[in-house]
Amino acid sequence: MPPSEVAGQTGKAPRVGLFATCLVDLFRPQTGFAAAKLIEAAGARVEVPERQTCCGQPAYNSGDRADAAAIARQVVAAFEGFDYVVVPSGSCAATISRHYPALLADDPSYAHRARALAEKTFELTAFLYDVMGMREVKASFSGAVTYHDSCSGLRELTVRKQPRALLASVDGLTLKEMKDADVCCGFGGAFCVKYPDVSNAIVAKKVAAIEDSRAETLLAGDIGCLMNMAGKLKREGKNVKARHVAEVLADMGDEPAIGEGQ
Amino acid sequence: MSLSITSPAFKENAALALADVDLQQALTHVERGFIEKRRKAAEALPEFEALRDEARAIKEHTLAHLDLYLEAFEAKAQHAGAEVHFAETAEDARQAVLAICRRAKARTVTKGKSMISEEIGLNDFLEENDIAPVETDLGEYIIQLRGEPPSHIIAPAVHVTRNQVEQEFRRAHAGLDPERDLSEPVSLLAEARAALREKFLAADIGITGANFLIAETGSSVIVTNEGNGDLTQILPRVHIVLASIEKLVPTLEDVSTLLRVLARSATGQDMSVYTTFSTGPRRPGDPDGPEETHIVILDNGRAEMLAGELREMLRCIRCGACMNHCPVYHAIGGHAYGATYVGPMGAVLAPALFGLEKTANLPNASTFCGRCEAVCPVRIPLPKLMRHWREREYERHLKPAAERGGLKFWAFLAKRPGLYRLATRLGLAALSRFGRQDSYASLPFAGGWTRHRDLPAPAAKSFLDQWKASR
Amino acid sequence: MSAASESERRRAAVIGKVRRALADDGNGDARRAAVEERLSRPRPNLVPARGQLTGEARLALFAEMAEKVSASVERVASAEELPEAVASYLRARNLPSELRMGADPRLKALPWDRASHLEIKHGPSDGRDLAAISHAFGGVAETGTLFLLSGQENPTSLNFLPEHHLVVLAAQDIAGDYEALWARLRAAEGDAGLPRTVNLVTGPSRSADIEQTLLLGAHGPRALHILLLGEG
Ligand code: SF4
Repeated sequence: MPPSEVAGQTGKAPRVGLFATCLVDLFRPQTGFAAAKLIEAAGARVEVPERQTCCGQPAYNSGDRADAAAIARQVVAAFEGFDYVVVPSGSCAATISRHYPALLADDPSYAHRARALAEKTFELTAFLYDVMGMREVKASFSGAVTYHDSCSGLRELTVRKQPRALLASVDGLTLKEMKDADVCCGFGGAFCVKYPDVSNAIVAKKVAAIEDSRAETLLAGDIGCLMNMAGKLKREGKNVKARHVAEVLADMGDEPAIGEGQ
Repeated sequence: MSLSITSPAFKENAALALADVDLQQALTHVERGFIEKRRKAAEALPEFEALRDEARAIKEHTLAHLDLYLEAFEAKAQHAGAEVHFAETAEDARQAVLAICRRAKARTVTKGKSMISEEIGLNDFLEENDIAPVETDLGEYIIQLRGEPPSHIIAPAVHVTRNQVEQEFRRAHAGLDPERDLSEPVSLLAEARAALREKFLAADIGITGANFLIAETGSSVIVTNEGNGDLTQILPRVHIVLASIEKLVPTLEDVSTLLRVLARSATGQDMSVYTTFSTGPRRPGDPDGPEETHIVILDNGRAEMLAGELREMLRCIRCGACMNHCPVYHAIGGHAYGATYVGPMGAVLAPALFGLEKTANLPNASTFCGRCEAVCPVRIPLPKLMRHWREREYERHLKPAAERGGLKFWAFLAKRPGLYRLATRLGLAALSRFGRQDSYASLPFAGGWTRHRDLPAPAAKSFLDQWKASR
Repeated sequence: MSAASESERRRAAVIGKVRRALADDGNGDARRAAVEERLSRPRPNLVPARGQLTGEARLALFAEMAEKVSASVERVASAEELPEAVASYLRARNLPSELRMGADPRLKALPWDRASHLEIKHGPSDGRDLAAISHAFGGVAETGTLFLLSGQENPTSLNFLPEHHLVVLAAQDIAGDYEALWARLRAAEGDAGLPRTVNLVTGPSRSADIEQTLLLGAHGPRALHILLLGEG
């Protein structure tokens, strides 16, 4: 999509439905506020529809296709009236944009609506950078950060350069890449509670890579992964703070980090 | 005789694997070695991504016409003098091999690497029938001595350290000088080469697998680096090829395309050392080569996969890239999967071959990180196919009741936004009343999470409620 | 049931299952025609640019790729010089002056008496030879791969049993890609189909089965020496 087409040509700010995700809603409200602030800074109007719960991934990935489809229909109905749907999570954005069309393909009254919604649903940093053409933010953050590429955002939506490009415009921030930033953190939704020992082995390697980067703050674009890594960092007594990348981009990097009291 | 499937004990297997110091040391070689080599090989060939698309298309075309290609292959192979044996089940395949061995009065059989042989549990079966199988691929030889199945489809002994190999050779090779230095891989290789050379020359029958069967020519193709697969088939009087129906490929040109992605994806080589096309038995006047060639073509559940979305799995060319890039495989290795085929490809294939009841853990034990699909040379959507099995598991009520119940309860709420708001509001308030903390080291019902990590505390008030209040 | 009819039943069962599973893949005649077409007129798929070089560039790529996989490549201007090249290869490695070969007329016709003391043995290998020589059908520049054919004159065992495998490859027989050699082979063999064994050999034998440490000379030759004859 050409940058800023809607905003630029019609002269009217596009209407964005913010899909907060269930984890942001319950565990990390400030990520939601940061996302809203950034969307507005990029020149769009934000609304947060009340009829949102979850994208349905827990059901979808557990094999409960019927419930996943029911939830998908609900999301389609709640969000199809917006110009864009923006999600501060690569994995929930990918569920809507990459999986809903397949999930609802056999439903005659929803198939085309799911495809239409998929077309206009974006992960937050991809929306800011690719759709709205945002190239810099007004924010400052002192210290070194490292960025973890969450799997779905990276491999299903090719989110990689967008968060890094925007971070580069934050005053005072330096990015120290960790080794294997693109390797899974071991979260995997239900996986991490179903196979806790295996998940732990994976997140332990991730935490070692984070520590080796010598950054003081860990950023990522998915609260699920962040809670996993933050929880492990904390358990191991590591002094690294974890935040959603939106918070730093929205100049809200001085609020308490994940697991630090709010 | 039945192959032992230990997948139901996946969690216990995994816990043992995580605690196994030797295994953990050996696994570091997978994570570093294979990934880097594949990346370099792929980057060095500008057409690599386009070749992956072509490889995928070749396999798709072949599978969509598989009945016809099987018939065409059979006719050509017979014309070249080979005998073709179709086997519906593992038992059929074992019996076919045994009948050939009996007719040839075989006592010893050398073997090139074959996953089909593992799938049908051939070695144990031959031994029960007084025929001695000798694995000749170095990795297979090592695990045969150790009495283990392979832990990787192309590097069967990747879980074994050099010290363990030395111990095994000292135990098994009678007459090995105790003073001899075997501390380095090079001396271990020399020892194995010498021990196996005798076996090659003495064997009555040689059994190999097949990477491809070519319909155009009736040839079977093996791809190896050591040369053992070739010695296995040219020295004994009888050559048996073990293959499965999805190995079919139309033409020599099509095989050439697949070869361009196979080795690069597997070991990062541009081409494996030996790619051997075998067509029938030796010809009149040939100075060497087998006098008889038999090709066993196994179904064992694959035909049924053709009918639905699992057809995509039959594109697999067994390169091993998916497991080489899998964080779960890196953590626990192959044996924990407990079902011959391991890693992401095993998680999709094993339920089809051995039944979902026994193997349901495997498609669940994935984070869906998608790295397997990103490197698969024939672009198999492995996470999607693992999800396929999770859906069958759910439909057939194979999930533990507590898990299903929890999921149902959550979905019940998620489908009712009003109720969901209310419930989460109450839940967050209740948690606050417990005494707020920044994060929890343990919480009831969250044991899976808090065993190894803290749980960051939920918010006092949800984002949606706060948003509403702020506007 | 007799063994023959039992195997007939299994065949019908497997192919029948496959056919039923493919029932949705459409009309029988169109499918048959597609298969017929593909098999009777084999066509190359995408060939990488590096497989399409010509002349000296092709030769240079062949040598580069072969050396990359630890083969050695020696250019020899004329067939008359081959015996001495072989003898000096053996001398340089302190190997006995013994060489095994098949009955390939191109090799037989060489003036072996020019290399003094070279003892030539004919026929397949018994597993004790240190060195053997073969003549390649062709080479592929793309990956430095040799095509070796079995036949009355070319025992396949020579490619695998000796410690040192020497292969004569005429420079003009080097193709850019595999596809060109398959086409040449089809033309040469006609209706006879492929020889029993076609070995595509890319470097000497190796294994990385012990701790991913790459070692040469697993079961096959430790060394592959390519004698590249003449000009492209
Ligand atoms: S699924 Fe793909 S990556 Fe895995 S072994 Fe098969 S072909 Fe290779």
